[in-house]
Amino acid sequence: MLSANEIQTRLERVLLKVQKPGRYVGGEYNQIIKTWESVKTRVALVFPDIYDLGLPNLGLAILYDELNRRPDVLAERAYAPWLDMETMMRQHGIPLYSLESKHALADFDIVGFSLPYENLYTNTLNLLDLAQIPLFSSERDEAHPLIIAGGHATYNPEPMAVFIDAFVIGEGEEVIHEVVNAYQSWKSNGGARIDLLIALSHVSGVYVPSLYEPDYHENGTIAHIRKLNDTAPLPVRKRIMGKLPEPTWRFLVPNIDVVHDRVAIEIMRGCTRGCRFCHAGIVTRPVRERPPEQIIAAIRNALEYTGYEEVALLSLSSSDYSHILELVNRISNELADYPNLSISLPSLRIETVSLDILEKLRDSKSGGFTLAPEAATDRMRNIINKPISTEQLLETTNAIYRRGWTTIKLYFMIGHPSETLEDVRAIADVCKTVLAQGRKSIGRRATLHVGISTFVPKAHTPFQWAACDTPEIIESKQRLLKRELSGPNLKLNWTDPQETLMEAWLSRGDRRMGKVIFEAWKRGAKFDAWHDQFNFAAWQEAFQFCNLNPDFYTHRPRALNEVFPWDHISTGVRKSYLLQEYQNSQQGLLREDCRSQCYACGILPEFNQLRRQNPGNYWKCPEVASLTVE
Amino acid sequence: MKRIRIQYAKLDPLRYTSHLDMQKIWERALRRARLPLTYSQGFHPQPRLNQACPLPLGVTSRDEIIDIWLNCDSLSAIEILNTLQKTLPDGIRIHQINEIPLNEPPPDRLVIAAEYEITLFEALPPHELERRVAELVSVESIIRIRREKQYDLRPLILNISIIEEANQPIHRLRLRLSARPGATGRADEVLSALGLDATSARIERTRLILEKDASVC
Repeated sequence: MLSANEIQTRLERVLLKVQKPGRYVGGEYNQIIKTWESVKTRVALVFPDIYDLGLPNLGLAILYDELNRRPDVLAERAYAPWLDMETMMRQHGIPLYSLESKHALADFDIVGFSLPYENLYTNTLNLLDLAQIPLFSSERDEAHPLIIAGGHATYNPEPMAVFIDAFVIGEGEEVIHEVVNAYQSWKSNGGARIDLLIALSHVSGVYVPSLYEPDYHENGTIAHIRKLNDTAPLPVRKRIMGKLPEPTWRFLVPNIDVVHDRVAIEIMRGCTRGCRFCHAGIVTRPVRERPPEQIIAAIRNALEYTGYEEVALLSLSSSDYSHILELVNRISNELADYPNLSISLPSLRIETVSLDILEKLRDSKSGGFTLAPEAATDRMRNIINKPISTEQLLETTNAIYRRGWTTIKLYFMIGHPSETLEDVRAIADVCKTVLAQGRKSIGRRATLHVGISTFVPKAHTPFQWAACDTPEIIESKQRLLKRELSGPNLKLNWTDPQETLMEAWLSRGDRRMGKVIFEAWKRGAKFDAWHDQFNFAAWQEAFQFCNLNPDFYTHRPRALNEVFPWDHISTGVRKSYLLQEYQNSQQGLLREDCRSQCYACGILPEFNQLRRQNPGNYWKCPEVASLTVE
Repeated sequence: MKRIRIQYAKLDPLRYTSHLDMQKIWERALRRARLPLTYSQGFHPQPRLNQACPLPLGVTSRDEIIDIWLNCDSLSAIEILNTLQKTLPDGIRIHQINEIPLNEPPPDRLVIAAEYEITLFEALPPHELERRVAELVSVESIIRIRREKQYDLRPLILNISIIEEANQPIHRLRLRLSARPGATGRADEVLSALGLDATSARIERTRLILEKDASVC
């Protein structure tokens, strides 16, 4: 492998020939460079998309901070080079390298990929290839780095199972240290690679796919998952933090423009709303909140440490944070010495109190106000379990325009189970009403942006049994919306149905999908998340080559007793609970916020011990009697 | 209010950071230092900073100028320097810091020319560079097109010379280019006029020449 110095020299020859060369040099304020030889273990953290998207990623920022605070470890970063830079690197024989010390990724001990969504899979293969590391786990030996991955997409790890040595399922703050420790003791004992994999499988939350094998029925569904090693756990349970640690505030400050140039502080993890399409809402359970004083201290530290004046407070549902009003009041009082501070608070509920909250945060009102009703008829709202009445929506949007915001963004989702064209027409109708009322209040300045995404059934959700709409049906629904929603001050966005299909194949894919991903990559698929790069033909050919029918993964309704490829991965939520919710959805039955009443999703018994170590109001699960029973 | 003029070097770590992004780099360094920036009025208040003579991407500099306006009367230039030193990123090294009158013209207007040193990654055959330079300076006009606009590069080249080093093939040049508003020469344009690939060279701005030093031109 090329030395760091050689890589540096070759880089200088190519950087002026590519767009935005600042993506490829590191040097950010607060970046951490340790002496290569001074540590025991070297970890490369990789976000498999471009720098501009990867640098602001909070998950990697947390791991970077966790690892670099250890004196015996160094963590450096790498991102996907854009096409022009990839061409240059391949031409000049520059392997994928870390931004900090410019070491080839192949020279690290551990390479960790962040996989928050499925359309990063081909990029992951491409990066391994660019790093000159064998793509398949089975082709790597003791001389190669350990390849690990985590992130929300890995709750169904099977499509990437043949490429990744070990998946970290769930929250990474603690388990990343245990992975490093296991690596260190393996290294000092000088064992074989299989010994490392077995040791890792004993770390709670770690899934080593090569220790398991699925058996299939003749119809292609899974018969069962077999362990190949007696000591490997089955199922593999996700890892969570009993108590959220102090939020990271040691952010890197980039030297070039990136997508979210700001401090990001997570105020709460999990969501109790129970929207049935929502993957994050299930996999991040239970709800755990950070105390306001911890959040304010983190904001203050981050502002001092970075010089930013924009802060985003992140959670899945900000309005549900118990101390939301206290928090916004205290921010405006206690951080008054930052007069130009701007705080954004996404994911607010559709109710007028959300406006009071944003006004307290000195929201500039120029960015627009975003709401996500998702559906426009009561029937659909009951099916997806997001009950917001049209009256409540209109009351809120009216108040938004009247109180000085001129732009409203509304997010809807089409393609929910059993949705008809009438349900879709209702989306157009409500949007038109919102804008008409806005015109009445503030005249022609009223603007409405409508974002229409397409539902993709996700593993571990109540809709994991559901079939996707065919692209033809999606197109007809989109045509209707495009016809109805045009005109001045009305902007409509939608998702390409082919891109939706790909996401759907991968979301509920099995281990056989690994070959499809590999073949699609070989045929040029990469940057699948980029509309202008997405290569549908490559995917179709890959399916054909692998003799697999893509419709099997998307348009097939699943039998209620089907064994799913991800059933051996446990989020703590029982499959029987998800099924119950699926059946409730088919009957149009609502389930309220589970903060007030427990519906026994399974989280509490599964994490009984952690719950006991963190009693009282810290978790937002209500106290239930069964907890005290062993 | 105070107006502070800072002269500094922009070094390798910030080599690929654009003029526009440098504005943010300064803002953040000043905020980390908790120095009281003054802001423009209006819907999107912007901190008052004024950088002289945009430096093209990929070019480092030993001699940059930025003016900053601070909302304070008590701090001395030295105190400001000491605070700022702790929060500067790696690619900025301050040479000089002075308080200047509020009504001083913007730094851009003081600069009339800039000097550059260019190091080619690959040396040309013996005497080739000398020949090309001689040819370039012998003509009266060099019409070039940049961003779809035609202009004459020749009058912007005030001086061009070869740097000779003992026992080394010749691969370095020194340029002095006009840097007046609307009449700014670019080093990469000179390189391509010489038939050289500007992306295969290291360009450093070594000096900004101010009007008051005009006698040297």
